[in-house]
Amino acid sequence: MTGMWTLFKKEILRFWKVSFQTVAAPVITALLYLLIFSHVLASHVQVYEGVTYTAFLIPGLMMMSLLQNAFANSSSSLIQSKVMGNIVFLLLTPLSYRQFFLAFLLAAIIRGLVVGASVWLVALFFVDLPVAQPLLILTFAVLGGGLLGTLGIIAGIWAEKFDQMAAFQNFIIMPLSFLSGVFYSIHSLPPFWQKVSHLNPFFYMIDGFRHGFFGQGDIAPEISLTVVGVSFLALSWITLRLLKSGYKLRG
Amino acid sequence: MTPAIQIDQVHKSFGAFEALRGIDLTIAQGEFFALLGPNGAGKSTLINLLAGLLRPTSGKLSVMGHDVVNDYQSARRLLGVVPQELVFDPFFNVREMLRFQAGYFGLGKENDAWVDEVIESLGLTDKAYTNMRRLSGGMKRRALIAQALAHKPPVVVLDEPTAGVDVELRQMLWEFIKRLNREGHTIILTTHYLEEAETLCSRVAMLKQGKVVALDSTHNLLNRIPGKNLRLRLAATSLPASLTPLLRSQDEGHYTFALPEVAQIEFVLSELRNADIKVEDMELIEVDLEDVFMEIVRQ
Repeated sequence: MTGMWTLFKKEILRFWKVSFQTVAAPVITALLYLLIFSHVLASHVQVYEGVTYTAFLIPGLMMMSLLQNAFANSSSSLIQSKVMGNIVFLLLTPLSYRQFFLAFLLAAIIRGLVVGASVWLVALFFVDLPVAQPLLILTFAVLGGGLLGTLGIIAGIWAEKFDQMAAFQNFIIMPLSFLSGVFYSIHSLPPFWQKVSHLNPFFYMIDGFRHGFFGQGDIAPEISLTVVGVSFLALSWITLRLLKSGYKLRG
Repeated sequence: MTPAIQIDQVHKSFGAFEALRGIDLTIAQGEFFALLGPNGAGKSTLINLLAGLLRPTSGKLSVMGHDVVNDYQSARRLLGVVPQELVFDPFFNVREMLRFQAGYFGLGKENDAWVDEVIESLGLTDKAYTNMRRLSGGMKRRALIAQALAHKPPVVVLDEPTAGVDVELRQMLWEFIKRLNREGHTIILTTHYLEEAETLCSRVAMLKQGKVVALDSTHNLLNRIPGKNLRLRLAATSLPASLTPLLRSQDEGHYTFALPEVAQIEFVLSELRNADIKVEDMELIEVDLEDVFMEIVRQ
């Protein structure tokens, strides 16, 4: 346990020591989105009865920041130590592949939660946000952070250079998070694009999370929870297989 | 007594390339052992197999009786490896990093005293709170060694620890490593500086193309080549044909002859006199591990 705890602590400290870049920067980005989109669209769009567009936007931005940062935590730590070569100090230890996985996963969830909560705190200055089902909010936050943290571990194991990691981030993570309904309700899309959105796991994370605040969403939260939960378990299984086999880490 | 390292019939292939071709090696506890060989002989592959960074294609390796694959957790606790490259974590200072490293091995605060001892012994006290990024090359090398020792492993493997290190630091490192050995740690080292292996190690294995080509005490290996080396500076561009079988090496007017018997000096000198070649300087040198090494690698 001490070994896993140490690795978890190190992963937390790693991002906390550069929190300007890892926490403050994403919060500022989310705020800029909030200012611009709410300014432009607030008078034109009302998604749910009695919910302003600005309020609608905040849970989406929180979740988007949470997801992106959970991914960034595990993936950047792994790619950096692979490129620098200091990953060898982890591989020389008696840590099991499960402990390795859990430490990286938990640290990624924590980073996501810290960033998500910070966006919330700052947004409270601008708008009142209801909290309909706090447990649902927390469940989706943890599962979403876990899902992206796991994906970050996969990307970190697979990528051999920063270039490949950037491709993973720009061609997979960014489009999936932007096209997930952060800025709009998918009901406002043409039927074809609504169907496409249903194939995007990010949509379920955002919609379920938002449901926790407003008590309403685009689809039933049970469905979202199932999709997110099953995706998380499936990705975790894949990651554990990769780590156990030593893929790209041990020859 | 359980050997510190036991290697049985280990093969390792990378695709079609066979890096190790049936290595057998036993290293007893408390030995100071050298692993020598030209570049690409398989030294680092063998170390990486012991450390679990690579997996053997076939064969078995164990550290203090613990199999490095099936019982990897115990094996790794007993082994400290100093990697060849200067790798470091840019986020932390020396002391933080060493405590983390010990923590990965399951050690907590009770180990802090040992970490401090390692820091002090390696002359890192002034740098304990300096970020790894800001250390000079020599200091990084010390920190790297400290990192391998953070969990106090009884078996320590050093892969080219003195590559690119100045004389002073090299002396300091060897004093420290000799002390570890006296205190009971088994030391295994690979080095390109053969004189280091000669003065430090009691036993040597030489690797060539993935095979152990010599395994003996340093003393016996040195006795393999009888006689001495005669090094001459000659005012000549070519040698009499009768001397070429004795020639070991040649470099800008300096000729080194291997003489199985010292009495052969007379023969060499008379042949040179007959050929009217002037001897400008002369030196008689003991055979060293490098000669043995060259001899074995050549065979």
